[in-house]
Parts: sequence; C-alpha cells; structure tokens
Amino acid sequence: MLWNTLSRTWGPWQELQRIQSDMSRLLSGIPAQGLPTEYPPINVYAGEDGLKLVAELPGLDPSDIDVSVVQDTLTLKGGLAPEEPEKAEMHRRERRTGRFVRSVQLPYEIESDEVEARFRNGVLEVDLPRARAARPRRIAVKNT
Amino acid sequence: MAETKEVQTTPDEGLERTRERRVYLPRADIFETENEVTLVADMPGVDESSLEITIENNVLKIVGRTQDVSFEGYTLRYAELEPGDFERSFVLGTRVDADRISASIKNGQLRLSVPKIAPAQKQIRVTAG
Repeated sequence: MLWNTLSRTWGPWQELQRIQSDMSRLLSGIPAQGLPTEYPPINVYAGEDGLKLVAELPGLDPSDIDVSVVQDTLTLKGGLAPEEPEKAEMHRRERRTGRFVRSVQLPYEIESDEVEARFRNGVLEVDLPRARAARPRRIAVKNT
Repeated sequence: MAETKEVQTTPDEGLERTRERRVYLPRADIFETENEVTLVADMPGVDESSLEITIENNVLKIVGRTQDVSFEGYTLRYAELEPGDFERSFVLGTRVDADRISASIKNGQLRLSVPKIAPAQKQIRVTAG
C-alpha cells in the first residue's frame, strides 16, 4: 500500500509513469483504423534512377493539386471545399475536406525539371528522377 | 429522428471474402435534401468499369475493385497505403425510388443520387354517422 502510494509520487516511477502517459497520448492520436494521420497518405517506390510516389486524393481535380520539388523535398498542396448544399440535412460526414500541405523528405536530390505527375481516378503518381549530380558514379579501379 | 434517415449502414454480417485482400469501408458523406438523398463516397483507384452497385432486398451495396500499383524496376520502400477493395452496404428507406437511383464516378469519388418518393397526400374524409 505504502509502496504503491510512494511509487506514484516518487522518483523513477513518476518518471516512468510520465513516459507512459506521454506514450499513450501519442498512441491515442492514431485513428482506430490504423490510418496515418498525415494527409494525403503516400507510398514511395525506389528504383535505380529515382523514386515514384503514389498518393490518394479522391474527389480532387488535377487542377486542385500542387506538386513541387525543391532539392530533396517534395511538397503536395491542395484543397477540397466541403460540400454543403442548401437546405440539406447531413446524415454522415466522414470525408475529409479542407486544405492540406504535406512535405516529404526524400533520400536524395531530385532533378526537379524532370518531375512528372499524373492523376487518375483519385490517385496521384509522381515520377521523381534522381538528380544527375546525386547519381552514383562507378569509379574504375586502375591496375597499377 | 431515425425515421427521417433514408439510408443507414448495415451492421457487420460477418461475411468473408474468397479472395485474400483487404476490404475498406469507403468514407462517405450522406446528405438529404427535399427531393433526394445524395451519397458521396471516396474510392480512390476505382473507375466506372471496376465499380458495381446492386440493390437487393432494400440493401444498396457498393463494391469497388482496385488494382495493385507496381512499377517495373521499382520496389516499395515506404508504405502508408495498403492495396484493397472497397465495399459498403446501406439500407434504403421505404420512401425512396430505388428504380431511379443514378450514380457517377469521377476522380475516384462516387456520387449516388437516390430520389425520394413524394409523400402521397391523402385526405380521409370523415363522415358523421
């Protein structure tokens, strides 16, 4: 009993408890479905000459999406206005609306002039070729 | 209040799929105006050819199939998205016209309009007697 009381207020236990409560607060930020909290959700694929990024942005028009690359950082920006027809009774509102900005740090610099983005059925695909200066160069080993 | 709802989700029926693939509930907005109920559902990766909408016993079922994304010579290095299909069912109210439901899909977003049946105005004559 006394130990329990002490352990809650004293020294390392208190510290542990603080960490634990910090952890559960962090974890409680994760939605039940295990969806990432950042929007839009992305996948990144890596190949020899670059990367490909896939993001899900349902309901947006290509003109609503802004893709920019500076050095090794890709930024996706956009927005979707909430739909609120007049004299309508909302039964459910689960879809995400509003503005978003997401920056992704990539493992190397990108040749920004050669970045291409396609949008099809609410899925964005971005080609991110590795900057020429950042491409690995094979060094010939001379036999001397 | 519940009576005004023309569309409701069905409880989980515990049915299993034969294909081993994730099935997501598409996020949906549902709003009702004077003449119709509109459902807007996010189904990224689905187009008109991979979408199936059926009505059976007053249950409206939406199934959207997606294709796995892969690039030749590329490997997945960071993933927040897991491939999966979309599936969701709604119970239609009795005051909707199921024969006149219209649906369209654009940019991975389904839009379904369910017209309501105008309530028939009937007056019962009361006679004294």
